[in-house]
Amino acid sequence: MAARVSLFVTCIIDQLFPQVGLAMAGVLERLGYEVDFPEAQTCCGQPAYNSGYREEARQVARHFLDVFEDAEYIVVPSGSCTSMIKHHYEDLFDREPERLQQSRRINERLWEFSQFLLEVAQAEDVGARFHAVATYHDSCHALRELKIKDGPRRLLSHVRGLELREMDPPEECCGFGGTFSVKFPEVSGGMVRTKIDAILRTGADTVISVDSSCLMQIEGAMRKAGREIRALHLAEVLASR
Amino acid sequence: MSVLPEKEIHAALTDGRLQSAIYTATGRLIDKRKAVTSAAALPDYQELRTQANLIKRHTIENLDYYLELFERNLTSNGGRLVWCRDGTEVADFILKLAKDRGARLIVKSKSMTTEEIDLNERLERHGLEAVETDLGEYILQLAHERPYHIVAPALHKTRYDVADIFTKKLGVEREEVIEQQTLIARRVLREKFLAADIGISGANFLVADSGSVTLVENEGNARLSTTAPKIHIAVAGIEKLIPRAQDLAVFLKLLGRSATGQPLTVYTSVLSGPRRSDEIDGPDEFYVLLMDNGRTKLLADPEKRQSLYCIRCGACLNICPVYRKIGGHNYPWVYSGPIGAIITPQYHGVMGDPWLPFASSLCGACAEVCPVKIDLPKILLDLRAEVIKAKAREGKNRLEHLTFRLWAWLMRHPKLYEFAGAAGAGMLGGNEGWVDRLPIETGPLKAWLSERQLPAPAPKSFRRLWRERRRSSGA
Repeated sequence: MAARVSLFVTCIIDQLFPQVGLAMAGVLERLGYEVDFPEAQTCCGQPAYNSGYREEARQVARHFLDVFEDAEYIVVPSGSCTSMIKHHYEDLFDREPERLQQSRRINERLWEFSQFLLEVAQAEDVGARFHAVATYHDSCHALRELKIKDGPRRLLSHVRGLELREMDPPEECCGFGGTFSVKFPEVSGGMVRTKIDAILRTGADTVISVDSSCLMQIEGAMRKAGREIRALHLAEVLASR
Repeated sequence: MSVLPEKEIHAALTDGRLQSAIYTATGRLIDKRKAVTSAAALPDYQELRTQANLIKRHTIENLDYYLELFERNLTSNGGRLVWCRDGTEVADFILKLAKDRGARLIVKSKSMTTEEIDLNERLERHGLEAVETDLGEYILQLAHERPYHIVAPALHKTRYDVADIFTKKLGVEREEVIEQQTLIARRVLREKFLAADIGISGANFLVADSGSVTLVENEGNARLSTTAPKIHIAVAGIEKLIPRAQDLAVFLKLLGRSATGQPLTVYTSVLSGPRRSDEIDGPDEFYVLLMDNGRTKLLADPEKRQSLYCIRCGACLNICPVYRKIGGHNYPWVYSGPIGAIITPQYHGVMGDPWLPFASSLCGACAEVCPVKIDLPKILLDLRAEVIKAKAREGKNRLEHLTFRLWAWLMRHPKLYEFAGAAGAGMLGGNEGWVDRLPIETGPLKAWLSERQLPAPAPKSFRRLWRERRRSSGA
């Protein structure tokens, strides 16, 4: 029997970029997984945690744990949300031993999308075809907290029709940072302009990432600047054929 | 209490020359650091970081022991240790000593610790002349500015700026060639070195088992400051201790590489007490002023005391995308960048500059380059939580708190969350550019939108599309 994968699509993809969730489901189904979507899911709690509201973050985190208690695998199309659950729940529940245990149990089955493909499904080539000249944006939490660097590039290297070009410098933050971009819009704007310059220098027509929040920031600023560059989640590229 | 210096930040962001100066200088430091810490150049770089972290942790956890050991060994070398609670006690000691010895002229080598307590101003108020001898510090002293950067204090100054400053303050002919500018400073400073009564330095490391002060530098001015005058005073924070001389093998490998991308700085001085009878060079009197100035407050916090591991290399400033935009002077204290953002609130209280821990995208680049592995993003997160708590105690921030409370409640009620989302989408779904039509004139949303477009909510949420997909596939 096929293994069952529960999607945690994250609130931002649920509300703003549902096509990313559908693409991810499509890729996983193609690989033979039975995909489900626990409907009680909402958010991982990161917005509150990053803003200093620990109690509010804890409430949302407990809800997450209860929803995904029985999942066989949980796959998340976001490095940032995955890292929140994997790393920061440890901190949130350091005085709630039962929740901490529950969180650790769930974390053994929790995967960021690209890591799941490579490490669990062991599928480097998912049979995708996508015509573009693209550059890959390392989202900070995926890169530094989950050590996701080569994985997405390996997956993309098998996409037919896709040419991948590296940015220089490759690893700079897009400046989103959740509420940071609201509290410090001008600084955040300066950061994304630097990022966009790096993207444009590659000559790519598409920027790909494993985090939709970065893509929202990059695409939003691109549009404001009148630049027509597609911003796509890795799942969208891997789903196309 | 400082508020967010919005105008100053705006000014920095819109100053093209400044932006390019910061970006070029930090970029060069980033590249150089990367080259000398690469696996090819230094295969055991990551192990060295781990070792440095463990040595610092051990030292800070046993600081009382190492402080006393250092005092014993320094004393037996003929030096004298002076415990100082704060900047006032440091200044008072120096002023009294200067008075007793009839000293008037002081040469100083670069020291963030003395910047921290505005030592020059304190001494000058009492008629002493204190001259900075590090080139960058000297330029800033002439310009009456505080350091822009922990390691490269005049990082924001171009050679044209320096030409302006030298012409105005030294009365020399305008000179825009860097080498020539250096020679001008050298000529002035040589006189000072020869005439100085006291030399003041900081300390990069205080070695407990040998009682020595270790200084690293590139200009030779620290060596001159500490050996030419009859009296040498090193001012250091209590966190500068390392247990053994052999630990320098770890830290010296990391400091130069992390700071300036040098395998080793040009000069490394290990100073163990005053000149001995059989030695030619060195001071007759050798003092180490060990200063607390709030450090014991940091020490009291088991989670955040790792902030004291910092060896002031500045690598976190160079790599920080926020520092690279807003520059060093928009931080509230002499310590700027990520390290400034974590230590300033701990020294001055979180409500001193409540905006500071939030001025980060939490990208984590700082932690990645920190040679002693301080978990800077985690400390920022903890400080944010402390700010929110402190604000709640003071009855501030009610609206934001209420918003997060409502949000958390909504997130625990999926049906209502879906309803709220659908209501939003019903109004705005698929309606690109919707916010541009809102009557927003000011406020954070306006500022946000000046930089980027906000995507419209999807007409149908993922959960709705998922249900439709399942129905159509007959599942």
